[in-house]
Amino acid sequence: MASPSDLTSVKPKSLYARREPVYPKAVDGRFRRLKWLIMAVTLTIYYVTPWLRWDRGAYAPDQAVLIDLAGRRFYMFGIEIWPHEFYYVAGLLIMAGIGLFLVTSAVGRAWCGYACPQTVWTDLFQHVERWIEGDRNAQMKLAKAPWTASKLAKRVAKYASFLAISAATGGAWIFYFADAPTLARDFLAGDAAIVAYGTVAVLTATTFTLGGLLREQVCIYMCPWPRIQTAMLDEKSLIVTYKDWRGEPRARGTKKATLADLKLGDCIDCNQCVAVCPTGIDIRNGPQVGCITCALCIDACDKVMAQVGRPRGLIDYATFEDCEAEKAGEPRRPLLKTILRPRTLIYFTAWAAIGFAMLFALGERTRVDISAQQQRNPVYVRLSDGQVRNAFTVKIRNMQARPRAFEIGLEDLAGGRMWLEGGSRETAAKHVAVRVAPDALGKFRIFVIVPPGEEQRDEFVFTARALDPEGGSDSTKAVFERP
Amino acid sequence: MADDKQKRIDQPTGTETMGHEWDGIEELNTPLPRWWLWAFYATIAWGVVYMVLFPAWPLIDRATGGTLGWSSRAQLEQELAAEQAKKAPLLKALAATPVEQLPANPALMQAAVEGGRAAFRVNCVACHGSGAAGSKGYPNLNDDDWLWGGDLKAIEYTITHGTRQPDHDATRFSQMPAFGRDGMLKAEEIGDLAAHVRTISGQQKPGAASQRGGALFAQNCASCHGAGGEGNRAVGAPNLKDAIWLYGGDSETIQATIANSRYGVMPKWGGRLDPVTIKMLAAYVHSLGGGEGAAPVQTASR
Repeated sequence: MASPSDLTSVKPKSLYARREPVYPKAVDGRFRRLKWLIMAVTLTIYYVTPWLRWDRGAYAPDQAVLIDLAGRRFYMFGIEIWPHEFYYVAGLLIMAGIGLFLVTSAVGRAWCGYACPQTVWTDLFQHVERWIEGDRNAQMKLAKAPWTASKLAKRVAKYASFLAISAATGGAWIFYFADAPTLARDFLAGDAAIVAYGTVAVLTATTFTLGGLLREQVCIYMCPWPRIQTAMLDEKSLIVTYKDWRGEPRARGTKKATLADLKLGDCIDCNQCVAVCPTGIDIRNGPQVGCITCALCIDACDKVMAQVGRPRGLIDYATFEDCEAEKAGEPRRPLLKTILRPRTLIYFTAWAAIGFAMLFALGERTRVDISAQQQRNPVYVRLSDGQVRNAFTVKIRNMQARPRAFEIGLEDLAGGRMWLEGGSRETAAKHVAVRVAPDALGKFRIFVIVPPGEEQRDEFVFTARALDPEGGSDSTKAVFERP
Repeated sequence: MADDKQKRIDQPTGTETMGHEWDGIEELNTPLPRWWLWAFYATIAWGVVYMVLFPAWPLIDRATGGTLGWSSRAQLEQELAAEQAKKAPLLKALAATPVEQLPANPALMQAAVEGGRAAFRVNCVACHGSGAAGSKGYPNLNDDDWLWGGDLKAIEYTITHGTRQPDHDATRFSQMPAFGRDGMLKAEEIGDLAAHVRTISGQQKPGAASQRGGALFAQNCASCHGAGGEGNRAVGAPNLKDAIWLYGGDSETIQATIANSRYGVMPKWGGRLDPVTIKMLAAYVHSLGGGEGAAPVQTASR
């Protein structure tokens, strides 16, 4: 495959690449302000959510959002999810997945650029870094400077701040899994479970490593999402792009060039777009996997264009189609038209359909549930008067946060009577009354007897009826077997 | 194979290719990040440390021990000991509570039943079956027919002392005569008796044979089985009127039983099992559905 353009004379590179340090420059602009806002909102949600309260009565926790792993319950405001209802959680995960597809097809890698925790925390760490060590140039100078007391002090202050932020990040996580005020008190007093301290330690370490040290390396080398997104982007996807037909040929010193009557592009090669990039790429090389579309280069370039008196948007959010149209001198399609197209609408329909289906299921779900299992060893017992006895384990789920009384009944079983384990045949009746603890599964061993008969198998029904004003009932099929 | 000279540099990325191509598709030799290399070295170091600290290298009859001295067996023993310690107060409470008072304490009764279930699996299933349903000659413990009594105390006694345990005075003991083998009754008389027994248990209609058998019954059997055949638990004489047959209720089997008698034996478990285990076994057997004399309690779980 040798061709004349091959650069075969270039020496092969090493098998391992050093990390090129990135010192992003501070920048202000509309996208920067949007990023501030999103950072504030996401961090607030993350830190405040576990402390919200929600009254569920005496028998359930009052934490608004709680993942009770030991008790196998997931509380989210007015919704309580049991393990057998895990499909709601699965549905949420599917919605999150389709939501990512939807966002990607509509506005490109907006998740990467604004909302991904890796982005938010890296951004936070970089602000702290600039605050302690100074902006880009000061940081570069400090990196090269010899180890003086002042450099040491700055580095210690920086990494101590990183560690504090990381500990706060890991520390907030555990409050989602236990009562936050209690756990906070226990945690500080040293009385919390060892797993709480372990979780905080692990999350502190990962936050420090991923956000404080590895940063863009996570996006470029570790995260699968950029690869998937690269495959999902098409000519209608919004990306951050450099308009090379407008910017090229780029040159510094436009005055000289104008004097020499050279035709130059708008790009003055000031390198501001590279200086502000948190992943250290040059957007002018075209779309690339390292670009998380945080749009800070747009802010930087807009500022420069304003200074040199050229229209903004040399680097801008645009689709490939927009670029082609603009290059040909046609007007850009309106943004709404770019976003509303069959692909995004299909994703949105699927996303919304799952959401509505789950809401509907949530509204329809009953809070009483009965199941019955026949004891198979032995299947039947002949009693001394010739009657036949079967035993069943009947389970009633009381999904309300209060104790409830239920009546278990038999239907379609001629002459059938029953009693609870611990009772006796003298107490046998058509119904038995049981109580189930709040938010619990009541398990009852029930003996059922019927007079001798010809049928080997009798299909019948166990019913459960709540004995309080709210009511509610459920039934389940069972089989009675004879010798 | 392509040699070094054919490896070209991909212009857009500036990266060397691997030097092979399929239908125009080439592979870039993108360098790995150096931190990845260090992470790889770190995993090797971790592996070495792990091998030193924990059992690792298989030898012929064991593995290298590891400097921490950890083993899965020791961990299991530790966990079992912890479990035993957790159960200690329960066992103490069980030891202090007479078996007939267990039902008054539902939680303790439940614990006893669960413990008995486990002990039953180990000690009793060989004869009584895993579901305690018994088989020919081995009583079904689920039903409501009891040879020696079906309340908690009687069951505990039977388990402790066994049935017809040789050389043990307190054992449940009785001996039915072998009416045929020992020549006490003639074959026709045994046939008549069997007809009578099948009549009082509702298996056949009265007839001349059963009437003759009734008279024989009053002379030979009523002292133990009762005048009506209702049995006598003091001597473990089965109720002959009910629907439950330990050896079989057909005419042939009943005749064989009368002719040769039966001598069912259960070993005494006192001495082999501790009193608490026996108590738990009694509670379990009692809970199977036929237990007698327990106050009816309506329990709710959890």
